[in-house]
Amino acid sequence: MKSGYSATQNSQYSLLDCSASPLPESTKHDFESDQDIIWCPGCGNYSILTQIQHILPELGVPRENFVFVSGTGCSGRFPYYIDTYGFHTIHGRAPAIATGVKIAHPELSVWVITGDGDALAIGGNHFIHLMRRNLDINVLLFNNRIYGLTKGQCSPTSERGKVTKSTPMGSLEKPLNPISLALATGATFVARTLDQDPEHLQNIIEAAFQHKGTAFVEICQNCCTFNNHEFSQYTAEGTRLEHTVFLKHRKPLVFGNHRDKGIRLNGLRTEVVSLIAGRFSMADLMIHDQFSEDPTHAQILARMVETSGLPYPIGIFRSVEYPCYEELMNQQINDAKLQMIGVDLPVFREAL
Amino acid sequence: MISGKYRKITGSKATALGLVAASQKSGLQLIYGGYPITPASEILHELAGYKHLGVKAMQMEDEIAAISVAIGASYSGALGATGSSGPGLCLKSEAINLAVMAELPLIVCNIQRAGPSTGVPTGTEQADLLQMLFGRSGESPVPVLAASNSADCFETIYEACRIAIRYMTPVIFLSEGHIARGMEIWRIPNVSELPKIEVHFRTDPEGFAPYQRDPVTLARPWAVPGTAGLEHRIGGLEKDDTGNVSFEPENHEAMTRSRAEKVARIVQDIPPSEIFGEPLGQMLVIGWGGTCSTLRKAVENKQQAGASISHLHLRYLNPLPGDLEDILDRFDKVLIPELNMGQLLKIIRARYLVDASGLGKVQGQIFRVPEIEARIEEVLK
Repeated sequence: MKSGYSATQNSQYSLLDCSASPLPESTKHDFESDQDIIWCPGCGNYSILTQIQHILPELGVPRENFVFVSGTGCSGRFPYYIDTYGFHTIHGRAPAIATGVKIAHPELSVWVITGDGDALAIGGNHFIHLMRRNLDINVLLFNNRIYGLTKGQCSPTSERGKVTKSTPMGSLEKPLNPISLALATGATFVARTLDQDPEHLQNIIEAAFQHKGTAFVEICQNCCTFNNHEFSQYTAEGTRLEHTVFLKHRKPLVFGNHRDKGIRLNGLRTEVVSLIAGRFSMADLMIHDQFSEDPTHAQILARMVETSGLPYPIGIFRSVEYPCYEELMNQQINDAKLQMIGVDLPVFREAL
Repeated sequence: MISGKYRKITGSKATALGLVAASQKSGLQLIYGGYPITPASEILHELAGYKHLGVKAMQMEDEIAAISVAIGASYSGALGATGSSGPGLCLKSEAINLAVMAELPLIVCNIQRAGPSTGVPTGTEQADLLQMLFGRSGESPVPVLAASNSADCFETIYEACRIAIRYMTPVIFLSEGHIARGMEIWRIPNVSELPKIEVHFRTDPEGFAPYQRDPVTLARPWAVPGTAGLEHRIGGLEKDDTGNVSFEPENHEAMTRSRAEKVARIVQDIPPSEIFGEPLGQMLVIGWGGTCSTLRKAVENKQQAGASISHLHLRYLNPLPGDLEDILDRFDKVLIPELNMGQLLKIIRARYLVDASGLGKVQGQIFRVPEIEARIEEVLK
């Protein structure tokens, strides 16, 4: 597997001594549950599930230490299909429930599976505060820009003017930008990937896992029943290279079928420039820096989707180190205990 | 008075210490999720000060997150607890139902204040009883215990924790504004004299099913993440014994009845009721929560004046004590004074078909003894 996406390569499992007794080899098959999958045939979720089942055996974590927590929506069924610990909770609350799981046992590998309605509408509050606290939890947001389970209402990421069952004359609302929102909360790892790009999806998920802190991954996911082809221009052969730009650390932002275009920073605005017209060269392009402490660079990239004509950025926008909440909490507890050494037990009496 | 070391304690502090004691006695981490609200914030403040005891208290972003973090902690094998007041409990009700369906131990403190909505935040009232018993969607049985005074918060919440863990269920602990703020004399207990709280984490994969029930308590096994061989899925959707989703009509009914029967069986843990006064007579005054000492005083005064009257205080409001029906049979008249418009009264009348009378007061204030005495005289006429 490729790694090298993350600023931090050290394992997040300090409590698990994997070196002493090597884990038995596990395979994708070990992570498949015996449940029939109820997603529509052709749903982008199948690809996401498969890539995650492929990557988990390679992460060096015992299967019993994985916990998948989901909210409600089509993505909510995800835990039932993966043979680890799983908790299908209530609409929007998975980040808060996952926080409790992680606080109790920081050695667990905790994953939140959510959707655009679940994370950004009903659960918006928990979503932003999880990232603000920076617990070491991976959040995978399956963004299909529609409410699928409830059969086709507009979501917080649906584009303005979108005709759905709840917006027959078109949506009046400006869509939320999940990457920009995540960056605004101070999220320490923010990335976007595509359900139809298995290799990129696997790499990003592994990088999210390796990141110590809340890792937010937006996965553009096709809802073939209620919002088909929403992301096709970013995934289909022929159009995808013209409409996406893949973010690579320390590399200039180049895209196009013939890699003949780039993104140049003009003041605080991004613009497309031709690399063959003679006026601009590689040296004029924006260089991606995913480790930038200042989120401004990442935020500029995140806002590119709001200007027409710019390619859709895919990849890791930001990856920085910052202390994790659960570690800070345990540190406070240890400090408080040290101050109490020598005090007579039973301990709870001393609280009086 | 039993000999020992005594101190003054507020209800909030006694509640916090009861949770800590249950954590220490059970060997479970205590994880408390809170959100500032009058008059429950003090429990959060207290617990935030017990870091040296390993307590993890978190101020969350809202009431729903506060209960959700506790549910996640319980799922992960800790003692999860949350606390709020009426408006917060409204927000938490969906998450309480998740704990009902996931069958996880969870403590939910409701420090009642007066009125619906923002109401009278600093007033005291007992008007959330029916909400706690029934205020959730679907058939949602939840045990409810109420503290009788500030010092009693310790013992009552400790008992709530014991029940939650033994029966794998959320338990609601009811207190009231004046109990939380008020002070009582409290004998500091020894940890050794507190009832045992036994925790059995499932570790054996042989024959494991997440909703296989204990034959005595009907509790499901507590199988926590990190235990090899027990990987499984649970959630808020109806499920069968395997934890997997099942909408089979007969299965849903069987699971609904099992959840109800599990909570009903807690009655086997409730000690015999202690009646103040004769075990039979002309009138029984029944109360719950923070009216206990006022009712006791009024009944005592009437007894001294020669009336055939006794007092019964209820700590367990769901399930009600098993001997309550017998006791009610032994009295000609039943009076139930409450700081609400007759909520326990409705329950007693409906459940036992007793023509009980009530006395309701909703002024954000506690009862005064003469108010009770006057109503006793009226009903006795």
